[in-house]
Amino acid sequence: MDKMPKWADVVLIPLISVILALLVSGLVVAIIGESPWRAMQVMVKGAFGSAYGWGYTLYYATNFIFTGLAVAVAFHARLFNIGGEGQAALGGLGVAVILLAVDWPHWTLALAAAMGFAMLFSALWAAVPAYLQAKRGSHIVITTIMFNYIASALLVYLLVNVLRVEGSMAPESASFAAATHLPSAADFAGGLGFRGSTPLNISIFLALIACVLVWLLIWRTRLGYEIRAFGHSETAAVYAGINPTKIIMITMLISGALAGMMAINVVMGEAERLVLDFVEGAGFVGIAVALMGRSHPVGVVLAALLFGALYQGGAELQFEMPAISREMIVVIQALVILFTGALDNMVRMPVQKLFLALKRRRDDAARPNPAE
Amino acid sequence: MTDAPAIELRGISKAFGPVQANKDIAMSVARGTIHGIVGENGAGKSTLMSILYGFYKADRGEIFINGKATAIPDSQAAIRAGIGMVHQHFKLVENFTVVENVILGAEDGAMLRPSIAKARRLLTELSEEYGLKVDPDAIIEDLSVGHQQRVEILKQLYRHADILILDEPTGVLTPSEADQLFRILERLRAEGKTIILITHKLREIMEITDTVSVMRRGEMTNTVKTADTSPAALAEMMVGRKVLLQVDKTQAQPGEVVLSVRDLRVTRGGVTRLKGVSFDIRRGEILGIAGVAGNGQTELLEVLGGMIAASGGSVSLFGQPLDITGTAANGQTRRARGIGHVPEDRQTEGLIMPFEAWENVAFGYHFDPKYNSGPLMDNAAIRADCADKMARYDVRPPNPRLPARNFSGGNQQKIVVAREMDRAPDLLLVGQPTRGVDIGAIEFIHKQIIALRDQGKAILLVSVELDEIMGLSDRIAVMFDGQIMGERLPQETDQNALGLLMAGVTEGAA
Repeated sequence: MDKMPKWADVVLIPLISVILALLVSGLVVAIIGESPWRAMQVMVKGAFGSAYGWGYTLYYATNFIFTGLAVAVAFHARLFNIGGEGQAALGGLGVAVILLAVDWPHWTLALAAAMGFAMLFSALWAAVPAYLQAKRGSHIVITTIMFNYIASALLVYLLVNVLRVEGSMAPESASFAAATHLPSAADFAGGLGFRGSTPLNISIFLALIACVLVWLLIWRTRLGYEIRAFGHSETAAVYAGINPTKIIMITMLISGALAGMMAINVVMGEAERLVLDFVEGAGFVGIAVALMGRSHPVGVVLAALLFGALYQGGAELQFEMPAISREMIVVIQALVILFTGALDNMVRMPVQKLFLALKRRRDDAARPNPAE
Repeated sequence: MTDAPAIELRGISKAFGPVQANKDIAMSVARGTIHGIVGENGAGKSTLMSILYGFYKADRGEIFINGKATAIPDSQAAIRAGIGMVHQHFKLVENFTVVENVILGAEDGAMLRPSIAKARRLLTELSEEYGLKVDPDAIIEDLSVGHQQRVEILKQLYRHADILILDEPTGVLTPSEADQLFRILERLRAEGKTIILITHKLREIMEITDTVSVMRRGEMTNTVKTADTSPAALAEMMVGRKVLLQVDKTQAQPGEVVLSVRDLRVTRGGVTRLKGVSFDIRRGEILGIAGVAGNGQTELLEVLGGMIAASGGSVSLFGQPLDITGTAANGQTRRARGIGHVPEDRQTEGLIMPFEAWENVAFGYHFDPKYNSGPLMDNAAIRADCADKMARYDVRPPNPRLPARNFSGGNQQKIVVAREMDRAPDLLLVGQPTRGVDIGAIEFIHKQIIALRDQGKAILLVSVELDEIMGLSDRIAVMFDGQIMGERLPQETDQNALGLLMAGVTEGAA
């Protein structure tokens, strides 16, 4: 119509934003006296240059797909769920509880049970802020972020006092039985060069399946239709007989469950025990991923891949160029978030104008001027 | 002063992408006259006025103010050129006083006190000069809509506007407030001000303007002296074909009682909005509810449509009670009982604006088996149904994939009407069916409503347009302050009598 083509919205604008963010990052790197070009090379090579790098990049991306989908689903109902961090932590607790409590004969059964418990725990954790929002009007941004702190404190307590192995100094649970270990990339894709040390595991397929399911839910089911309608206009939703309380509750339960699924990748797939702070900010990165991915599963996958690469490439950068500290990596990631999320309009407006101008020129050339 | 026209436009053109909103517009308005501009929605009136007020820049063409070529790149320039605009939706700060609103953006310096003192003095002068009586220290939200509009006009006069543009000024006024506005406009004209009046109400054009221009599809097709034309002629110029301004309908043949409302009460936000309303509607009958907006009509529609809960009273449909307080009081159960609802505000209630037309066609009926296959929605079936409805209800463009917000007001309303009326509901609730809708679409929607009545359906019509109430209703109930003040038959009453009831004056008091 009167706007730009879809590919420009989905691909071109995020791409320009990322390039701008990298340019500014390069500037920062140059200011501290290092070569931006070399830093860039190290990052790209670190993230994509080897099976080892890919293993980590995709492993991180798996986390971000789950937390990104969690935020995206809630966005469709115009709910800003920034409690992915806490919900994922509770998901991890659920995974640990069921894997430690039962002697599982095979990883497939263990996986099914762990998924059930991860989603149950994290959905229930999201249910409280959801209920407060639906019934009491307590703003979900405030309550979900407070629940992050409560979750964190709860995990510290449980890991130190309940789940800690007798005699151990580390605040972590016992390791899960070998029968529950998920196949890693070395098992299912060893031919591609993945070694046993790679954290990448079959959870990435679960993440991709989750993308398809979320797409079906949002754009093909009645529930998704109601979620989107509610997100655009609560008044109209009430007019159509859609129950706002029901939509808020269900959406947040789904959102929480998706965040909790991230624990399958980390707790069950990689650490194989519950460790403190295993979420490592993935809940928050999910917000940036959903924003950048326009709350669409395909966008979420692409954005998750970018942030996975930033995480992995950043770690390599820190290792290869000691002058660039851990904090610098955070700065680079923050710049990407800033440009793709907050400064989106800065790129969008000129691009939109450009497309309009091009279109007008084409139209004018195509037909004689009607005013003459 | 010269004899040059106050405003002269030459060859104004403006395109938005492929849409030519204004095409080579020429217009000349003499000083001290009231000039009307009429046209259907999307005819380009708003674009033209936005160019004149500096919101948009014309692609081509020139503007002459008092005979002098003037560039108007922004609204500050418009104000300097002596142009003032009164928008349809007021731009007032609700919790500021009248004086504070008037000086907002036109303060003399960093300190407010001298500006306020000067403004108060000037306001008193202006009020007396033009009969615009307003208390300078009243808070805006305490004022009636009519008075708020006066503040808007005063604001423009305070900025030394010689040319006033009023965009649909009577849309929110009672008939008597509209009359008062016209008296004020006449005073302003007598004092030499030039007024441009944009409206779709032909009666107002005939009553107050000196000259009138008709716009159609971005072009100014005619400019005539008001004395030389008629409403029918203007309507024909606007639409490009003959239009029926009066709805043709036969005598109603009322049957059994469909809807029965008894002592209905609604409290919202601590305020009692409905104070015991009772009425019946029969098959084959249109009950019109007249009244100034905000006297409980909205709540009446919302309770019956299942959007809000009642605090008391009872409602029955074909003698069966309707849940108006419990969990079954929602839009889904109402639709299941055969109640259609064309809501008052299509943009915030009736449609999801970013949704495509086909998604809106299923809105509220998305559980209908014919729209679903198993757990998923049958998008192909909905799109086909949408295309079919668009053809039969003359929705233009007939493109199911276009988002609702890209349709004109009239076509948006046709989508809502098609969705709610095509199932031939036993009871149809209709709120403001033609608000912001062009004449061609009004005619179409009115015909549909009459046709549904003639199928033996009951219709509850709520409208602030008295012409519409008078033209469509078989019985008229007037609401004031949450109560029904009285019932009249359209053939036995007139606008003045209804206007009195709308203001809360009953026979005894008058």
